[in-house]
Amino acid sequence: MAGAPLPPSNGGTSWSRLKTPLLLPTWAMIGVFLLIPVLLMAVYSFLTKEFRGGVIWDFTLAAYDQFFFNRGLFGDEPPVIEWTYISIFWRSIWQAGLATVACLLVGFPTAWFIATRPPSQRSVWLFLITIPYWVNLLIRTVSLKFLIRDNGPLNEFLMGLGVITDPLPLVNTNLAVQLGLFYSYLPFMVLPIYAAVERYNFALSEAAADLYAPRWTILREVVLPVVKPGIVAGCLLVFVPSLGAFLAPDLLGGAKTYMIGSLIDEQFKGSQGNWPFGAAVAVVLMTLVLIALFLQARAAAKGARE
Amino acid sequence: MKRLFTTAAAFALMAGAAQAEGKLSVYHWFEYIPQELVDKFEAETGIEVTIDTYDSNESMLASLKAGKLGQYDVAVPADFMVKIMGDEGMLDTFTPEEMTNLGNIAPQWLDVPFDQGRKSSIPYQWGSTSFSVNRDVYPGDISSLSILFNPPEELKGKINVLDSQNEVLILGSLYLGIPQCSTDREQLKALNDMLLAAKPSWASFGSDTAKEVLVSGDAAAGMIYNGFSAKARAEGANVEYSYPKEGHVLWMDNMVLLKDAPNRENAIKFMNFLLVPENAAAVTNYAAYSSGVTGVEPFLDDAIKNSPENNPPAGITPGVFAQACDAETQKFYDAIWTNLKK
Repeated sequence: MAGAPLPPSNGGTSWSRLKTPLLLPTWAMIGVFLLIPVLLMAVYSFLTKEFRGGVIWDFTLAAYDQFFFNRGLFGDEPPVIEWTYISIFWRSIWQAGLATVACLLVGFPTAWFIATRPPSQRSVWLFLITIPYWVNLLIRTVSLKFLIRDNGPLNEFLMGLGVITDPLPLVNTNLAVQLGLFYSYLPFMVLPIYAAVERYNFALSEAAADLYAPRWTILREVVLPVVKPGIVAGCLLVFVPSLGAFLAPDLLGGAKTYMIGSLIDEQFKGSQGNWPFGAAVAVVLMTLVLIALFLQARAAAKGARE
Repeated sequence: MKRLFTTAAAFALMAGAAQAEGKLSVYHWFEYIPQELVDKFEAETGIEVTIDTYDSNESMLASLKAGKLGQYDVAVPADFMVKIMGDEGMLDTFTPEEMTNLGNIAPQWLDVPFDQGRKSSIPYQWGSTSFSVNRDVYPGDISSLSILFNPPEELKGKINVLDSQNEVLILGSLYLGIPQCSTDREQLKALNDMLLAAKPSWASFGSDTAKEVLVSGDAAAGMIYNGFSAKARAEGANVEYSYPKEGHVLWMDNMVLLKDAPNRENAIKFMNFLLVPENAAAVTNYAAYSSGVTGVEPFLDDAIKNSPENNPPAGITPGVFAQACDAETQKFYDAIWTNLKK
């Protein structure tokens, strides 16, 4: 856009005349694919559940009541705080956070390694990183299950070495879910950090070293501030989809406990078919994410002012 | 070049012929009909068949309710779901004159409670749900549902349970001797508490993986459908299917004629086709359940015909069909299931 040559004389006015029609596709895109679905979900969360799936157009707060209050098995005891769904949220946030940290610990050195290769080799390394991700996520998750099961290759290998005598119970545990999330989203961490590190001017590190800065100080004071946008982007790209993941908990965790994603999935596909409740869970999740982003943005603005 | 035109013209003619005979739109379970049988029907009638699949009765109902009714000609709900769909007015009826092969239905499946006198549905396959145990791991007594709900030490942490509310809650009720669709508070609380106490002994919930975990050895026992267990055995797992003394779940999947079917004529042709013993046997040979059609025996594979899963020993406790509870009662069962899964 910026490079488009404009007529020198009345360029400004013709540009502003064109601005609205040119922005229309963007607005249509945001409207059709973002605003309408989100609004639809918000509206559905206030509707009445129809017996066995679907909704009745009667407005009610029943879905939110179910989320926050427990009225006993028969629904007539005095309401107490419902910890079930809060703990599902907590567990999901914890799992997604751990996955993000694990991805960062592995992803940052990987990205650094690739970015410091000669330019001719970099694309090969990036290519190798992305190859497994040409395969469907479902297939990769199932394959991971095959690898870590009680009589799978990993346990056979470790037992063959004599490291362990009994197979490690990995499959159907939270650790397996963790492994699945880490493996699924690792490239989302590597790629943005690589993009940031690639642009880093290594003369800065040399300058800091010339001024007798120890290695850790160089990393902390010089490198990290420059590549921070890449790290933040990578963390968001791993954390957000991990939060909503349902393949890993279902297949690797044995579907024994819900994460947010599988809880919502069950409301729309399962036998209970409670669409308003599923929509309400999604609305609560989105509200939490928006609040977190808002607080983060405010803190960032405050930091910039100081 | 001339030959190319001829071929193209031939294709156009064939397409035209298929068009003239019309289409058939089937809404079906995943992996439940052999492709060869569909090909045979298309070859015999010139009708072009398209199949969309679903993975649970409830998701099928939900998507038909959400506006797909009128796009499909036939679907394959289980017994209790036939009743629900009938009550909701989602089914069309046919006359015995139209359904010329109605007489092929085995007598005990003709006058069923979910479709008195078979006015909207025909049997597709029927079978049972209980559990199987890997006999290498546990050679002991498996004649009780306590294998699932209060398992012996050898099986603890090695049990897969179907991720299906109906089946888990009905088997749990049978174990406790509670009637289905109970509204008795003490009974429902007992069911809730019993399931919560059993859950720590279970390794996983999974329906479509129920066979695979037994074959791979991830699970040493599992709630499973009889045909699925037979397949697990055929794939090398030393599993035995139990007909427990407390009872088991019986089910029948039925092909129903949907309301507002766009190709009603062709749907009737297809249903008549599936009632031909040879064709019903082809489905059974593929799915390893039982057909509900008389005269299939000569066409059945020996392995299917003689499988212990399909031939329960004499004197077992008879199975029960799932009942469709009313909305008020169903709420309690939904709550128990949520409690169990959270």
